Amino acid sequence: MSARPTTAELKLTAAQLEAIRGHARRSYPDECCGAIFGRLDGEARVVTDLQELENSWDPVERRRRFLITPQEYMRVEKKADARGLTLLGFYHSHPDAPPRPSEFDREHAWPWFIYPIIGVNGGEPAELRAWQLRADREGYDEVEIHIDDT
Amino acid sequence: MSTQMASAQIRIPTALRQFAGGQATYDVTASTVGQALSQLTAEYPDLGKHLFNDEGQLRSFVNIYYNEEDIRYLDGPDTELRDGGEITIVPSIAGGAIDIQPQATLDADEIMRYSRHLIMPEVAMSGQEKLKAAKVLLIGAGGLGSPLGLYLAAAGVGTIGLVDADEVDTTNLQRQILFGTSDVGVPKIDAAEQRLKDLNPHINLVKHNLRLTSENALEVLKDYDVIVDGTDNFPTRYLVNDACVLLGKPNVYGSIFRFEGQVSVFYAEEGPCYRCLYPEPPPPGLVPSCAEGGVLGVLPGTVGAMQATETIKLILGIGNPLIGRLLRYDALGMEFREFKLRKDPRCPVCGEHPTVTELIDYDEFCGFGGNHVEPDEALTPEWEITASELAAARAAGKRPVVVDVREPHEREIGYIPDSILIPVGEIPARMHELDSADEIVLYCRTGVRSARALEQLRAAGFGKLKNLVGGIHAWSDEVDPSIPKY
Repeated sequence: MSARPTTAELKLTAAQLEAIRGHARRSYPDECCGAIFGRLDGEARVVTDLQELENSWDPVERRRRFLITPQEYMRVEKKADARGLTLLGFYHSHPDAPPRPSEFDREHAWPWFIYPIIGVNGGEPAELRAWQLRADREGYDEVEIHIDDT
Repeated sequence: MSTQMASAQIRIPTALRQFAGGQATYDVTASTVGQALSQLTAEYPDLGKHLFNDEGQLRSFVNIYYNEEDIRYLDGPDTELRDGGEITIVPSIAGGAIDIQPQATLDADEIMRYSRHLIMPEVAMSGQEKLKAAKVLLIGAGGLGSPLGLYLAAAGVGTIGLVDADEVDTTNLQRQILFGTSDVGVPKIDAAEQRLKDLNPHINLVKHNLRLTSENALEVLKDYDVIVDGTDNFPTRYLVNDACVLLGKPNVYGSIFRFEGQVSVFYAEEGPCYRCLYPEPPPPGLVPSCAEGGVLGVLPGTVGAMQATETIKLILGIGNPLIGRLLRYDALGMEFREFKLRKDPRCPVCGEHPTVTELIDYDEFCGFGGNHVEPDEALTPEWEITASELAAARAAGKRPVVVDVREPHEREIGYIPDSILIPVGEIPARMHELDSADEIVLYCRTGVRSARALEQLRAAGFGKLKNLVGGIHAWSDEVDPSIPKY
């Protein structure tokens, strides 16, 4: 799968990154998943809120799959609309696998949303990379991540 | 069909708002959900591409809710709108680290072999590679497993697992087209391997020479992408269903009886499971197996071919799967009827609050011994007589009343001399023809129905009853081989 950088970028705070890392660590060896909310700033997506979500895939397969139920999705989206935020996308972890989208990810991905993926190696969170589905659904573009340390 | 127009609103998910001028809602006046969506996508064609595939069908990860209810459980796109109704487009958000189907490549021989697939755009190279990478488990290499194995191997499904512990028997050959006369006595999975590898040497055949149990099922099933249920008994059917739900795998279901078949795809991730349809098994003995009730030989061909079709569609991700639908086939009327199935929120396995979270004892769940109630499990020895004992008693001058409880057409095949016919279903109405002072021996084909008849007579006050162990088959084995077994 080829990836090329887009003009979009994802802005996270160090605390938000740590929250995702913590979620991935706690969920290991299962995949974790959650929603990211925020606002648009030109081409940049600025994350203001994270919400951990339940991985509703069955327990046996959760090590390599995540699922957010339609009911959960509706709650998350209504919450964003009610608070005047934009639902920017969903993060998930890849336990003992690189943080690149799988073919399975691509088949299930939606355009526009940003999909940050965090690799986990032997229980320890590793690299975080973010992806966006191309409009033609044929592949992903990598989205640059900016961590704000302040 | 009503054509009443109604004003409704479509809620557009964040990811698709860019295609709809940034708006979160869209007002429509239409009579059905399908019409309303058509209006939306006619105005915003780019949005349509993410909702519908090239065949115009809703993509599998797109859910449409009407007033908080999934339209799959209403009337689908034909669901009628009311004024003020709300249609919500809800994405399924899913993903994961590992690809179910890593790409496989085809060599020149395979490209030639599959050319009739490759020239169809719905399959093409990418689809054929998916078939090659797919792993399908067939549970049972019998009537259904035969056409399934043949068609899936021919289609190029790369890995086919077979679960069966039986040997080929002469009575199998009337319908189990995977086997020939020379295979009689050979383990089914060995005979199947030979036939399928001859049909397509490119496939990988995995032999599971075992009976599926609660202890081994998850381990056997876990590496396969699609499970195909070709079993003939209720304990295994519930076991396969529950294991598939727990593992998140689709279960392509088929069943056959006499002239009727049923097909569905139970996939709890996207629709109902077998238990949503049948929460409880029927009482043991109520639904006869094919061995007891018979089956038209060609019937499993029709049903198994439909299961193979659904399996291939699931692998390719094309068409409209039988998820949430049950197809019933009546060979005598040559009719198909379709029933919509609903996911049961109270389903003990796939519902909102499951109580079955691991595999249970399915023989116990279905009544002891499932639908194969052995008479020696139900009756104590004083209620039984062997064929040799009956022959010896007769030779010694005793004349017990011997009652054949089979059906008249079975009696045409052969019967024990000096026996009278009262089919088991007629026992309650005709028991006055019997005298409770007489010694009575009951028999059927193998002893199952006669055990049931004995219980009925015993309950009615008869005391001098014996069930012929093993039925007329045992009589043929022990006393008179000229009586054919069937």
